[in-house]
Amino acid sequence: MRKIWDFHGGVHPAENKLQSLQCDISSAGIPPQLTFPLSQHIGAPAEPIVEVGEKVRKGQKIAEARGFISVPVHASTSGTISAIEDRLIAHASGLSAPCIVLDSDGQDEWISHQGTEDYSKLEKAELLKIIRDAGIAGMGGAGFPTAVKLAVNPDAHKIQTLIINGTECEPYITADDVLMRERAADIIAGAEILRHILNPDEVLIGVEDNKGAAAAALKGAVRNSGSSVEIVTFPTKYPSGGEKQLIEILTGKQVPSGGLPSELGIVCQNVGSVVAIYRAVVHGEPLISRITTVTGAAVAQAQNFEVLLGSPMSYLLQLAGFQPERCARLVMGGPMMGFTVADHEVPVVKTTNCLLAPTAEELPAPDPAQACIRCGLCAEACPASLLPQQLYWFARSREYEKLAAHNLFDCIECGACSYACPSHIPLVQYYRAGKAEVTQMRHDQAKSEHSRTRFEARQERLERDAAAKEAQRAARKQAAEERARQAASEGQEDADPIQAAIERAQAKKAASQASVDGEAGPKTETSQAADTEQAATTQADTAQPDAAQPDAAQLAIERARAARAESAEQSPLEKANSKLQRLQERQAKSEAKLQQSREDGAAENIIEALESALEKLAPKIAAAEQELKALQEESEG
Amino acid sequence: MYELIAQFPFVAAMVALVSLGAVFGALLGFAAEKFKTEGNPIVDQINEVLPQTQCGQCGFPGCRPYAEAIAGGEAINRCPPGGEAGIAALADLLDLEIIPLDDEHGEEKELSVVAHIREDECIGCTKCIQACPVDAILGAAKHMHTVIVSECTGCDLCVEPCPVDCIDLLSEEITLKTWHWDLPTSDVIASDRDASAQEQAA
Repeated sequence: MRKIWDFHGGVHPAENKLQSLQCDISSAGIPPQLTFPLSQHIGAPAEPIVEVGEKVRKGQKIAEARGFISVPVHASTSGTISAIEDRLIAHASGLSAPCIVLDSDGQDEWISHQGTEDYSKLEKAELLKIIRDAGIAGMGGAGFPTAVKLAVNPDAHKIQTLIINGTECEPYITADDVLMRERAADIIAGAEILRHILNPDEVLIGVEDNKGAAAAALKGAVRNSGSSVEIVTFPTKYPSGGEKQLIEILTGKQVPSGGLPSELGIVCQNVGSVVAIYRAVVHGEPLISRITTVTGAAVAQAQNFEVLLGSPMSYLLQLAGFQPERCARLVMGGPMMGFTVADHEVPVVKTTNCLLAPTAEELPAPDPAQACIRCGLCAEACPASLLPQQLYWFARSREYEKLAAHNLFDCIECGACSYACPSHIPLVQYYRAGKAEVTQMRHDQAKSEHSRTRFEARQERLERDAAAKEAQRAARKQAAEERARQAASEGQEDADPIQAAIERAQAKKAASQASVDGEAGPKTETSQAADTEQAATTQADTAQPDAAQPDAAQLAIERARAARAESAEQSPLEKANSKLQRLQERQAKSEAKLQQSREDGAAENIIEALESALEKLAPKIAAAEQELKALQEESEG
Repeated sequence: MYELIAQFPFVAAMVALVSLGAVFGALLGFAAEKFKTEGNPIVDQINEVLPQTQCGQCGFPGCRPYAEAIAGGEAINRCPPGGEAGIAALADLLDLEIIPLDDEHGEEKELSVVAHIREDECIGCTKCIQACPVDAILGAAKHMHTVIVSECTGCDLCVEPCPVDCIDLLSEEITLKTWHWDLPTSDVIASDRDASAQEQAA
């Protein structure tokens, strides 16, 4: 007889399991419409690979896994895709999420599929791929992708113990119980597949002692198959089905805070997942149905259904003889960890182990919370050995650092503390909110850190750019001085220095526009005059040191102003004409200037600027010609 | 030696004290050189507490300049994005009184916001790109701009320069990822039980 350990805390709520154990699993049949949320698991949502109007068959993949921690979604019956849109899903928030909607055709026609005859010939990676492609995510309630959980690195952690979780400790729920009773052979076969993948020293199936029939059925199946899987029964206590709690019960080891069971050489899988793995590997069937308990006093016949994933909850409730007038609220999951579903039309998903439709007397609304009397019952009940009372005070006063320091994230939200609390304080709700706030705080801190680095990087870049510009300016200035000296020493009379300054400014402006604007549109007359003025003003700042006369730039500005005033008085035709003329003059001047610069052997950047200015002028002249021609035609016509 | 000390106790004490002083002085001097801190370390600590939105609502060009100003004695209540919590953290760090947020610099926003460019109205002027302190806007001249939501701090510095007013600050939508349970609302005392039951029934 194996030694059984106990875990700290735990409570003994009324079991209420007998109601739904009166009959065998019955098939729920095919509802007219099914809805498949793209995210039925923990991790990235799947991505649709079908289109609206497409006909799909049972078992066909309709959404592909995206990312490592993700699983695909399959159609659970044949029919036509009628929509891919946001629909209400079973979530405590009552929010909508992207779903694929399928109108069933009633044929229930399978896509061709094929199992593996001898899985023992397959590599571990191939089996994991089959499991992932079958869309299997933990069916006990959390929905963590099974293939990811099984993909432990054998070099890092040798798996000693594989634990199959048949505990099902939460009141009312009997889905795993009936599964073990009726499909014990499948569970054992699935466990053998897992044994092949993980190669553990021992395989245990943990069952609470309130499920005698299930344990007996499993033992019978083990005898029949000659397997060495060990069935371990232990005293009933809530929440012994929690992964960490079950591990402690069966092995006496505690999973460290923030750690994973695989670090202790343990892997835990729910019996539902094990059956799904068996069906995927041996029969080639993806996960398209599950066992769901429909129970509570508001249904006429509480029982377990094998239900197609995606079936509306209302459809399932109807099969069980739902009496809506008696139902206080519809809960997905059990009374301890379940949540109220806002709408009865939401679909059954991979994690829907139970639909609880209680009457108001059966599951009354929680009493108003009263003051904490510091009795400490919550700490006695906590299966994670936390200090619920302390966490409660910290959550209330929003001391998130302290919450994290008191290991809030080890809380499994089992509700044992709330159950034990004589003041009816909704403790778990405080912890859930606290967890969210701590997560948010960490996220904000990370973001602020990220923003800081980005800000500093930008600041650095701007400084670098400014320094580079300054260096360039200094180089230009030096070159200009060099040229002036050269000109002076050679005694050459250069062209009008002011004209040259304006020329240079224009060339610079054209070059900078070419680089900043890409293709600038044609400019209006006035704006060009303004440009000249601006260029001259700019030049006035920079030209001062190298131009001999300080007020030369001022003259240029005045000239530009005069040109603008003049152009305002001209007719459009005259304007266009003078514009063309001016442009042509400019081109000629620029060409001459370029020629001279080349002969003088001026700095490369000056020649480049002049060249680009010339290039820039050509389309402008063409545009001006076009304009002039159009205007002439207009005036003639 | 012993005799010498006994003979001139005063001189011996002087010699001992002076040599002790010299040794420790040299040690301290060496340590001051060896473990010298560059800049003011408190500025870094203040900067860590500031929200790094770089919004400039405090009147300083970014969070670090404000951190430097606080280290130099500036008031700690000029940061609206940090809000009351930020002031409390600064007060805690600097051992100052908690003071209310200075309204002059803006109000604390309930929800975090991000900038959103109405893309068909954007003329591609790049003004917002230049204004963004964290390079969260993507685009080029004459091409549509867009905000990289994950990088945006919601500082609203891009809103003002936009010549066509096509930038909105939108609060982030609650999705399944961001939704979370709220803290339970205030406690009800036993005599309110009937009232709350009636409320629930209604």
